Amino acid sequence: MSEQQTTAAADALLRVEHLTMRFGGLLAVDDLCFDVAAGSITALIGPNGAGKTTVFNCITGFYKPSRGRLALRHGDAAVWNTLEALTDSGARSAASHGGALYLLERMPDYLVAQQARVARTFQNIRLFPGMTVLENLLVAQHNPLMLASGYTLLGVLGFPSYRQAEREAIDRARNWLDRIGLLSRADDAAGDLPYGAQRRLEIARAMCTDPVLLCLDEPAAGLNPRESAELNELLLTIRNEFGISLLLIEHDMSVVMEISDEIAVLDYGVKIATGKPAAVRNDPKVIAAYLGVAEEQVEAAEAEAGL
Amino acid sequence: MAILANSLAENPRNDKPAIKRRPTGLGAALQDAAITAMLAFGLFLPLIGFETVTDIHNDLILRTRWPLLLAVVGAVGSGRLAYALLLAPRLHARAGRPIAAAPPAWQAAVGRWFVPFAIGFVVIYPALAVSIAGKGGSVKWIDNFGIQILIYVMLGWGLNIVVGLAGLLDLGYVAFYAVGAYAYALLAKTFGLAFWILLPVAGILASFWGILLGFPVLRLRGDYLAIVTLAFGEIIRLVLINWVALTNGYAGITGIPRPTFFGIPFNADDDGFAAVFGLPFTPLYRVIFLYYIILALALLTAFVTVRLRRLPVGRAWEALREDEIACRSLGINTTNTKLTAFAMGAMFAGFAGCFFATRQGFISPESFTFMESATILSIVVLGGMGSQIGVAIAAVVMIGGTEISRNLDFLKHVFGPTFDPTQYRMLVFGFAMVVIMVWRPRGLISSREPSVFLKERKTIGADMVKEGRG
Repeated sequence: MSEQQTTAAADALLRVEHLTMRFGGLLAVDDLCFDVAAGSITALIGPNGAGKTTVFNCITGFYKPSRGRLALRHGDAAVWNTLEALTDSGARSAASHGGALYLLERMPDYLVAQQARVARTFQNIRLFPGMTVLENLLVAQHNPLMLASGYTLLGVLGFPSYRQAEREAIDRARNWLDRIGLLSRADDAAGDLPYGAQRRLEIARAMCTDPVLLCLDEPAAGLNPRESAELNELLLTIRNEFGISLLLIEHDMSVVMEISDEIAVLDYGVKIATGKPAAVRNDPKVIAAYLGVAEEQVEAAEAEAGL
Repeated sequence: MAILANSLAENPRNDKPAIKRRPTGLGAALQDAAITAMLAFGLFLPLIGFETVTDIHNDLILRTRWPLLLAVVGAVGSGRLAYALLLAPRLHARAGRPIAAAPPAWQAAVGRWFVPFAIGFVVIYPALAVSIAGKGGSVKWIDNFGIQILIYVMLGWGLNIVVGLAGLLDLGYVAFYAVGAYAYALLAKTFGLAFWILLPVAGILASFWGILLGFPVLRLRGDYLAIVTLAFGEIIRLVLINWVALTNGYAGITGIPRPTFFGIPFNADDDGFAAVFGLPFTPLYRVIFLYYIILALALLTAFVTVRLRRLPVGRAWEALREDEIACRSLGINTTNTKLTAFAMGAMFAGFAGCFFATRQGFISPESFTFMESATILSIVVLGGMGSQIGVAIAAVVMIGGTEISRNLDFLKHVFGPTFDPTQYRMLVFGFAMVVIMVWRPRGLISSREPSVFLKERKTIGADMVKEGRG
């Protein structure tokens, strides 16, 4: 890590450095570097099989990368100065300067969510279908509630401190249900909800874990244009109102181009472009990767898609 | 066996197109019945058609039983005919209707009153038994029915935590029951400690073994988990058999201290319970005392489970059953969550084992065979995984049914003096299980009550709730 890069990415929340993921003979992600700036919406796009979900699984701890560093900061940007010291120390995380640094590649999946506060959604929705909408949001607040219930002991004995904590958790859930327009369905089974509502609920559930970074894997997949527009609004609210950074994988260009600040394009596990939406859209390498056809046809297709 | 397996595999395939074509015609029904009768003939020819008997020279000779074979095959064939003509059209009509997601309103009303009524009934049950059957006759009713059923209710509720809530299939649950029983027997005999001190000790030891089993099986799911837990149950039993120096092997442990009423033993001595309270001696007092102990333990199990379901740990168990990967993405430590489920379930089995040892006064590895695990698991599955009421009902039916079958002496007048109804127990169970699986594949009470609600408590239909893969 050179000194120059460190200063250039001072406002970064997440740094992905030389991320490599190998499955046997298959190189799924090859030496990928990109940053997610604090308070930004960063999109990760690319054709099917480009390795986008693999990157997500590495960031959220579901895969252990073959090589590379995934560093996340909490609090003040000055903590980046301790990155090398933390890496050499062999520890998972270190707190200093009113902030903390986490090396995600060293943490198991549940700690990435619990301590580094990275929340995620899944490409194929993974709700708890047999539990109610409200219960889904309470499971997301498991760790603070577990603490409030004295690791179950005080809760079984019926201490009032737990009941207070549960009321607060329900209020938080109610607030999110109101935002995503599902308050009237709070007591229905999550599996009973229509597809679009399940997608929104999954985002709300991830938000209930109180994250600093929210990773969304194709949040607009299967949504109609109106739902897609609502999703854009919801994501902008999450960013603007809560100051949470978003990293999203998306195929729906109306979502990507409209709301993202920064785009990284992946093809066969290699980053082929990065930059602002306008720049990426006109990058010939990106167009070739996506369409692999002549320029005129691309323009025709773009015109059709309203870009 | 091969024929049986084939017939089981073939039947659904034969049924489905038949139902779709709606065989309302007599011809189709007759054809169907003939095929079934032929199948039955092939199956029962070796099983019922032939019989070996020893003659007066002590030689084994083969005898045929054609009338009996004919009667059985005829019964199967005519049963199938009746099904095809009468029941199948009705079932077909019902299959067309959409399945109601929530149970009807009367079920909710019954549900509301059922629990207080049932608790009231079990509390006054000994008094009822004494007043109806008298002092001598009621011992059988309280001991064989009341205590025996309550032990299995408690074991069912304990296993329900592991299987029903956390969705972890455990085929070796009886191991923890054995740990509890042997813990009490050995510690009480060696150190002379009292039942109430050893009860928590037995629970702690059992949950320790639950965690010990939990560690190696954390990564396993489904069939693999079932096999390893099954093996664990067998290991514990084999250790109990072979570690003769500690457990006395097959001979078991005798003379296990019986429970005392605040230090007063239930015996015929001058300082016994009856003498101290100026009552005539009868074994009834001890039985009633034991009944209330196991009732309290079972109610404790139910109370704790209900509480746990509303706590984060209980919700995490159910979330684990629904989707483990989603759990981990929400920061839930699934390792700890699984281990607490194993430990909790094992603890209640340990309590039950401790009680079992003090009630019997004698334990041996024979009491902790795989059959017991299978019985407890079938209670949970038949009752409806995750449902406390369903499990209790299933325990009453299964264990009560076993006990009743011991008391059906009048059947000897019908089937002859050598007829022993208890030998047909497994046949009846198997039949009951098939009926339940056809009628309610998710158990008696398969819907799920949410642990928390915002406006109204809506029961969740069985089709939504997952069974868990682990």
